[in-house]
Amino acid sequence: MTYIKTLQQLFHRYRRPGDLVFALLFLFVSIFLLSQLGEQVEWPGGGKLVAQPGFWPAISLVGMTFFAALHYIGSALSPRIPGRWQEVGFWLRGLEFAGWFMVYVWVVPRLGYLPTTLLFMPLLALRAGYRKPAHLLGAAAVGFGVVVIFKALLSVKIPGGAVYEHLPDGLRNFMSLYL
Amino acid sequence: MALALLVGSVGGVIIGAIPGVGAAVAIAILLPATFSLDPIVGLTALLGIYGSSMYGGAIPAVLVNTPGTAVNALTTYDGYPMTQRGEGRRALSLAYSASFFGGLFSVICLIILSPLLAAIAPHFGSREIFLAALLGLVLVVLAHRGQIFAAGMLACFGIFLNTIGLEPVRYTQRYTFDQTWLASGVDLIVVVLGLFALSQAFLLLVDRDDHPETAPLSGELFSGLKELFGFKRVASVSSSFGVMMGMIPGVGEFTAQFLSYTYAQKTSKKPDDFGKGSSEGLIASEAANNAVPGAAMIPLLALGIPGEALTAMMLSVFYVHNVIPGPQLFQNQMDFVVAIYIALLILNVLVLCFLLFSTNTILKIIRIPTRFLGAIILTLGFVGVYSLRNSATDCAIAAGFGVFGLILKRLNLPIVPIILGMVLGGIMEVKLRTAMARVKTPLDFIDRPIAAILFGLILLVIALHIRTLMIELRKRNRDEPGDDTGSTHV
Repeated sequence: MTYIKTLQQLFHRYRRPGDLVFALLFLFVSIFLLSQLGEQVEWPGGGKLVAQPGFWPAISLVGMTFFAALHYIGSALSPRIPGRWQEVGFWLRGLEFAGWFMVYVWVVPRLGYLPTTLLFMPLLALRAGYRKPAHLLGAAAVGFGVVVIFKALLSVKIPGGAVYEHLPDGLRNFMSLYL
Repeated sequence: MALALLVGSVGGVIIGAIPGVGAAVAIAILLPATFSLDPIVGLTALLGIYGSSMYGGAIPAVLVNTPGTAVNALTTYDGYPMTQRGEGRRALSLAYSASFFGGLFSVICLIILSPLLAAIAPHFGSREIFLAALLGLVLVVLAHRGQIFAAGMLACFGIFLNTIGLEPVRYTQRYTFDQTWLASGVDLIVVVLGLFALSQAFLLLVDRDDHPETAPLSGELFSGLKELFGFKRVASVSSSFGVMMGMIPGVGEFTAQFLSYTYAQKTSKKPDDFGKGSSEGLIASEAANNAVPGAAMIPLLALGIPGEALTAMMLSVFYVHNVIPGPQLFQNQMDFVVAIYIALLILNVLVLCFLLFSTNTILKIIRIPTRFLGAIILTLGFVGVYSLRNSATDCAIAAGFGVFGLILKRLNLPIVPIILGMVLGGIMEVKLRTAMARVKTPLDFIDRPIAAILFGLILLVIALHIRTLMIELRKRNRDEPGDDTGSTHV
C-alpha cells in the first residue's frame, strides 16, 4: 500500500480541464507513429545502427511514447477539475479562426494582398464582436499599414493578385510590386 | 543598421508591453522578413526586439498586475503592491534601472566570455557537440518542474518533426506517408510561427475580450537609477544568475528569475517584505531576466548551439546568409561579432532613454483590446509564413500547429521543448553519425576530457533531479503520512 501511495504521489500533479483528453490523444498518435516505423523508414542492410536512416526517428518515437505514457498516467492519477468538454469545445473553436486564416491565404493570390487585407481585417473585427465604425475603420487602417510596411517598405515576397492582370500597365506594375 | 536598432528597440518595448504578444511572436513574424536584409541588419532588429521586450513587459506587470511577457511574471509580486500603495512611478523606475543594469552586465559578459568559449570551441569535436546538445535537451526537460513528462514528450516530438522528409545521408524518405508536401520536411520557421504567433492569435480571438485599464503616471522616472546603487549586491548577483542561466542551453529567464529572487529573499535584511512591494525583489527579478538575452548569445556565437527558443530562431538568420556561428566566426568575421556587441550595448541605452520619456504614451498603446490584437497577429502571421515560400501548404501546416499551440497554452504545457527538440535534435543526429564513425566501443565516446565532463554533467543533472524528488517525497510523507492526495511534482 505504501508503495502504491508513493507511486500515486510521484505522478500527482496539477492538471487543467482537458489534460486527460490531450494526454490520451497524444499517446495514441505516438503509438501509431511508432507502429509505422517498419514502413515509413528504410533499414538498409550493413553499416552501424546509428547510421541507419530509421535510427533517429526510432529514438524520438520511443522517447515520445514513453513520456506520453507517463504523462497519461499522471493525468489519470491526478485530481480532476470539472469542465473537460467545455475546454475541448474551446479548442475546437480555434479551428474556426484557422479556417479564417486559410481563406485569407486562398484569396490573397487571387484578389491581391492589399484588397484582401482591407476586406479581411474589418470582417475579422466584426466576427470578433467589434461593431463601431471607428473599430472597423481602425482595423482597415491597421491592415493598410501592415501591407505598406511589409510589402512596400520591407519588400517581403508576396506575389501580386491575379486580378491585377486586368489593371492598366503602369498601375498593374505598381500594385504587383508594392501592394 | 541604426534604423534597424531603433525600430527593434522601440518596437520590442511596445511589443513587450502589450500583454498577449511577447518577443517570440514578434520575432517569429519578422524572421522571414529579415532574410532579405543584410545579416547584421536583420540580426540587429531581432536582437533589439529580444533585448527590449522584457523592459516593456515590466510596465503592465507593475501597473496592472499583468506581465507583459511571461518572464515578467515575478515582477508582479513586488511591482504591483508598490503601485497599490501609490509608488507606481518609483516601481517602474526601479524596474527600468534594474533591467538596464542586467542588460549591460550580460553584454559585458558576452564580450569577455564568447571569445574565451570560441577559443575552447576548436576542441569541441562531433562527440562534444552531440553531448552539449544532449545536455541542453536534458536541461530543458528538467527545467520544467511539475511538467517533466510533458516536456520530455514534446522535446521528443520536436526531434521527430526534424526527421520528417529526406534523410541527408542515404537520401531516403522518412515519415512522408507518400505525401509530396512532406518530402522537404517540416520547416522550423513554419512550426515556430504556428506555435507562437498563430496560436496566440487564435487564443486571443476565441477568449473573451479584455484590455488593461491604466492611469497616466506623473513625475519623473530617473530616481530608480540612484536608488539602484543602494542595492548593488542584489543587482550584481541577480545579473550573474541571468548570465549563467542564459549561457546554459535550455534553461533561460524563468530559472534565472526564480533563483535570483530566492537568493535575494534569503539574503535580505527584510525577507518578509518580499511579495509585498520589496525593492530588492523587484530588482532581483528584472536584473535577472534582462541579463539572459546577451548571455544566450554566448553559446550561439561561440559554438552554434542556441541557448533557448529565440536564439534558435535567430540561428536561421545566420544560416540563410551563410554566416556559420562557431570559432571560425571569431577568426574570419570578427567585424560581424563586434557589430553585434555594439548593437547590444546601444540597444540598452536607447531603450532606457526611450522608456524614461515615453512611458505614458506606451500606456495608451497597451490598452488595445485583446481580440483586436488577435486579429492583428493573425494578419501579421500570414506575412511571416507566406513570405517564406509563397506556399499555401506552409500556411496550412502553420495553422495546424497554431491549433496545437492553442491547446498547449490552454493546458499550460510548454512549447519551447518542441523548438529546441527540432534544432538540437537535428544537430545531435548529424554529430552522432559523424562521431560514431570513429568510435569502436561505447567508452571511446567519452575518452576526451570535454566529452567526459559533459557526460558527467548530464549524469549529475539527472541524479540531482532524482535526489530532489526523493527528498520532496520523504518530506511529504513525513508531513502528511495519512494523506494520499499529495501533489508532489515530477
